[in-house]
Amino acid sequence: MTSRLSRRTLIKGAAGSAALAGIGMPAIVRAQADTIRIGHLTPLTGFLGPLGEYAVMGVKLAADEINNAGGVMGRKIELVMEDSVNPQTASAKAERLIERDKVAMIIGEISSASGLAIGQVANRLKTVYINTGCNSDALRGSSCNPYMFHIEGANSMYVMAVGQYLLRENLVKGKKWYSLTADYAFGHDLLRVARKFMEANGGQFAADELVPTDATDFSPYLLKVRQARPDLVVSNLAGNQITSFLKQYSEYGLQFPVAGFGFDTVVAWGAGKGNFSGIWPLVWHHLVDTPSSKAYVEVFQKKYGKLPDNQSWGDYNSLKVVAQSMAETKSTDPQKLAEHLRKGAKFDVMKAREAYFRPYDNQMVMEMYAVRAKDAAKMKDQWDIYDALGTVPGPNEDMEIIAPPKDGSCKIG
Amino acid sequence: MQLIFILEQVLNGLLVGAYYLLIALGLSLIFALGGIVNLAHGGFYAIGAYLAVMLAGQIGFAGALVISPIAVGVIGIAVERLLFRRFYRSDPILSLLLTFGLAMVIEQGLRIVFGATPLPFSIPPELRGQIFIGDFIYSRYRLIILAVAAAAVTATWFIVYRTAFGRVVRAGVQNPDVVGALGISLAPYMTAIAALGVGLAGLAGVLLAPITGVHPAMGAEILTAAFVVVVIGGLGSFWGVIAAAVLVGVVRGVTIYFNPSWGEASMYLLMALVLLVRPRGLFGERIEKFE
Repeated sequence: MTSRLSRRTLIKGAAGSAALAGIGMPAIVRAQADTIRIGHLTPLTGFLGPLGEYAVMGVKLAADEINNAGGVMGRKIELVMEDSVNPQTASAKAERLIERDKVAMIIGEISSASGLAIGQVANRLKTVYINTGCNSDALRGSSCNPYMFHIEGANSMYVMAVGQYLLRENLVKGKKWYSLTADYAFGHDLLRVARKFMEANGGQFAADELVPTDATDFSPYLLKVRQARPDLVVSNLAGNQITSFLKQYSEYGLQFPVAGFGFDTVVAWGAGKGNFSGIWPLVWHHLVDTPSSKAYVEVFQKKYGKLPDNQSWGDYNSLKVVAQSMAETKSTDPQKLAEHLRKGAKFDVMKAREAYFRPYDNQMVMEMYAVRAKDAAKMKDQWDIYDALGTVPGPNEDMEIIAPPKDGSCKIG
Repeated sequence: MQLIFILEQVLNGLLVGAYYLLIALGLSLIFALGGIVNLAHGGFYAIGAYLAVMLAGQIGFAGALVISPIAVGVIGIAVERLLFRRFYRSDPILSLLLTFGLAMVIEQGLRIVFGATPLPFSIPPELRGQIFIGDFIYSRYRLIILAVAAAAVTATWFIVYRTAFGRVVRAGVQNPDVVGALGISLAPYMTAIAALGVGLAGLAGVLLAPITGVHPAMGAEILTAAFVVVVIGGLGSFWGVIAAAVLVGVVRGVTIYFNPSWGEASMYLLMALVLLVRPRGLFGERIEKFE
């Protein structure tokens, strides 16, 4: 009767527990006829899952608004949504969205590794893909392609945005930085860009260290930071890593100033009172003072009962950009859409100045922002965690000065 | 100079070991007695953390520290009665599938109810702060975790090794059929052990909620490390799990000192090495039914 158990079963269990991390969520919306289908791919599980949830809220809100206003050319937008999970799955699902579900284009992704995979599929199948959350400069450089567009800021833009304030506070020249970097494509790329900025401005690393994305305990790293006594602790971390890092940095009471080159509001909202500190860059935040930004904050709050974050901004605006472009070109043809976007069409993306995709690498050229953590004592509520520091570039500067340098690594222009 | 820093990492690793131990101990108990590889263990840990966030606002952190593990233990009783019980004597692959499914149900359930974004939660102000011993820094909160973990482990040891209840449990681990032949029904013991094991996961969830992100996937995040600790420690060995938790904490800390990107990988290398030399783990006993 009793089947034979083996101690190896336990080891199989360990393998099974690792597999648990790789199970995706199924499609949420199924296809219908006579609509414009838009594919949406973003990680809903894993360490970027919290951001993916806001991406979904943003893109759904945009679809609702477009459809309530009569759709595009009289046709409704229909979202076909999938959990992208990891690069392999993202690639397979992008292919399926285009070939089986016949989507007109794809929006989404947060992981730079998965974004690269989706971009390659989009290029091969000649379908437009707008990246809403992958920051790696490499996607705009050696890995660029004519069908992949970037509404998300590039790492260079984030570094420049926060860098202006680090320069102003005298935290670069002659200073020692201790950087902690997420050990995958995004982190490696960000570290490279950050190092370039630091060295160009006369700073140096006390140390730069890679942190595996599945690390939850930062105490060994914090001990090393304390021993090194840096002038600035720099986070090139990502997703849930930042939440754990902020909580434990505060737990150990370290007093070195903190800055980050990659950031999402959601992970700091999730850290809890008294745990957030430092200066951080954002592609957009809910305090941005423009009419369309305020309107967005209001409708988002009305629909979801919470404030919108930077990730929802990307997915919301991407769909709006696509709808506007399709209406203007009176076509859903991917070739025409790509041409239109690359021709310098201007878009209101809730910022003081209109934004456009530059033909060199399909990066959206736009303003970026920096924020500073508020004292816990001054917080009005759990959402009130930072003050706006300002906009980069300044009002009289060319917006392109913060975009990745045109070093010739992207060959599509 | 460097030696001092390594020593600091070693001592810190002992603290981190307490963190692994709390999660791994329950896992080990449930596997040793019932043969269930509980892939949902991380899920119970996550439920413990979410309950702590919910309860702390009402009854304070100390109240949550007591109530949340008990509530998770009660859930453990229900799960044992309704689910685990049917699988003690069947092919282990079935219980693997069952708990794998249960883990997903818990994770997605938390996602549906609370959303994927982490819930804000902090160390209570009165437990914050650092303690300096020489130049070494310790988080006061982590010393409290160590104290609670030590108390929980001692209590578990007492129950398993010093009570009549524990004698039956240990006999059941070695030979359930003989225990049955002696006229003792193992069923209520199984229920109690499941409640204890799952409750320990809940306790770990409460203790770690203030220092790590409280989000639906937090269970999956720590589960693999917990399995590694159980495998290294050796099946059915109480002391093995403790030794392995400490060893994993120390090896990880020292690895991070020298090469941070190998930090998480170091525990798997350690596991591979231990299994090569001692296939039953460090202190694994020869248990008839698992051979």
